[in-house]
Amino acid sequence: MASIDITGVSKIYPGAAGRSVTGIDLTIADGEFIVLVGPSGCGKSTLLRMVAGLEDITEGEIRIAGRRVNDLEPADRDIAMVFQNYALYPHMTVRENMAYGLKNRKTPRDVIEARVAEAARMLELGPYLDRKPRALSGGQRQRVAMGRAIVRQPAAFLFDEPLSNLDAKLRVSMRGEIRRLQKRLGTTSIYVTHDQLEAMTLADRLVVLNGGRIEQVGTPLDIYHHPASTFVASFIGSPAMNLIDAEVSGNRVVIGDQAITLAAPVQGIGGPAVLGIRAEDLHPAPSGLLFRVDLVEELGAQRLVHGHVSGQGLTLALSPAHPLSETMTIAPAGPALHFFDVGTGRRIGDTAAARTGAGVMA
Amino acid sequence: MNRMKPFDHLILILGTLFMVSPIAIAVMTSTHTAADIHANGLSLLPGGHGFETYETVLTRQGGFTGQVTGTRMMMNSVILGLGFAVGKIVFSMLAAYALVYFRFRFATVMFWVIFTTLLLPLEVRIMPSYQVMSGLGLLNTYTGLIVPLLASATGTFYFRQFFKSVPDELLEAARIDGAGPVRFFIDVLIPLSRTMIAAIFIIMFVYGWNQYLWPMLMTTDERFFTLMRGIKQILQVWIGSQIPDYNEAFALAVLALLPPVVMVVVFQSWFIKGLTESDK
Repeated sequence: MASIDITGVSKIYPGAAGRSVTGIDLTIADGEFIVLVGPSGCGKSTLLRMVAGLEDITEGEIRIAGRRVNDLEPADRDIAMVFQNYALYPHMTVRENMAYGLKNRKTPRDVIEARVAEAARMLELGPYLDRKPRALSGGQRQRVAMGRAIVRQPAAFLFDEPLSNLDAKLRVSMRGEIRRLQKRLGTTSIYVTHDQLEAMTLADRLVVLNGGRIEQVGTPLDIYHHPASTFVASFIGSPAMNLIDAEVSGNRVVIGDQAITLAAPVQGIGGPAVLGIRAEDLHPAPSGLLFRVDLVEELGAQRLVHGHVSGQGLTLALSPAHPLSETMTIAPAGPALHFFDVGTGRRIGDTAAARTGAGVMA
Repeated sequence: MNRMKPFDHLILILGTLFMVSPIAIAVMTSTHTAADIHANGLSLLPGGHGFETYETVLTRQGGFTGQVTGTRMMMNSVILGLGFAVGKIVFSMLAAYALVYFRFRFATVMFWVIFTTLLLPLEVRIMPSYQVMSGLGLLNTYTGLIVPLLASATGTFYFRQFFKSVPDELLEAARIDGAGPVRFFIDVLIPLSRTMIAAIFIIMFVYGWNQYLWPMLMTTDERFFTLMRGIKQILQVWIGSQIPDYNEAFALAVLALLPPVVMVVVFQSWFIKGLTESDK
């Protein structure tokens, strides 16, 4: 159990022109579950591997439980890692796989046995202890990989996309299991994934990475409701947040040849901006924007309606009960407008106005 | 596919006959007396002198000094075969381990240097090798017989390819589990390489067993004669009107066949087991 402090960490791969990871500052509290999320190549795995000690740290410093670990071997960092392809030793039984790390640390035999038994009980692996990994299903292998991490009783768990090799259903149940286990053990965890849903459901705090930099750090709901940039807005949430070009002047938001009028003027914004609206925050209204329907996706509980407003693509999440027609008039529900800078993509303007401006008029 | 079956079987049967009949002839002929063979040629039916021939071959003290028996020659061949196989596996595994898992300068260049020696047969370097062994005073020793041929480009190449196919995550997991380079090699890599080791063992044992030129150069002392030389020796005794001991030559040839066959049969079961359990 420990905190992890990452200060100014960068990674330059030998022979690479630029930094793969740039100036990461992150403080992880004891017992916190941090999820690093981002598209492939955003540096999330590299960052995790630097914490694990599998990659050298080019710049900056990583401290685990206050101890500088930059020059320590992975085994001496008091961490345990769960790999994407499990990385179980194929020639060892489940028991031996779990015990191997402890054996190398010269843990007394009875302690090893007790810990393996405890982990097996926790993960319901008891009946499989004497099997080899190839005789296990994907989910069971994943559990063994977790068991191997648990028996070490490390200061931190590191997960490198541990669920991406499992089928969708198993992934959901394993997700819950990991979360429960982490809560129960209270071990600080860093979890890497490219699946935003997994990230949302697991994290105490999310770290959204893009191009080797941190885009935003926050609780899942905070990030969902207040994305710091167009990147975060489009990456977190499914379907992705609608991002359309708009022109803001006072309380008027002009989209192409149409406009909506907000109850209160948007503070701090004038001129062109990127307007972000979540699909579920757009509703059919007696008056508003003229929306032409292109395509409907039925998801059962809701239906996603793709179409366009003044030539710009837009997606709506509607109740299946709602009748569909070729064209609809839609309006955003008041508190849910986000504005981003056209050039940098960063969030702009205090959205207090949008948040409180409940009454939207066409 | 079913209609093809009789034809398939015919081909298989012909192939089997083609492979097996020379051996059957050797076995059968070895049970006749030398005079019989000289008079009637090769034989497909068993004769009545099998037991005594094999007994003579294994126990009679032959050669110029009268010190070397068939058993002795067989033992020498086994020592040579095992020494080759074990030595080559140890050396080439260690070399491949260094080449794949340790980053050092010119590793690739070194590998290709080793690899190109594959193109050079033993005969090319036999004079310098002999000179070195002679200078070290290792003529007529097992060390001199085995050590100069231990470096194996083939083995190194195979093990290198195999190690490269082992997922990196295993190494990373082992590093996190606190296994150093030696631990990882012994605890993970060697058990994983079982199938590879079995395959190389078969190849190298047979290679060592069949060595002819090198033992002939290295050893003049008859105590170090191998079976391969023994067979030749018997047929060389063509003095006056004496009939060569064809039967004994055949018997030795049959005996020379057995150990490699045993090796293949024993290791094949491992080999196949390993192949069907192919996960890394």
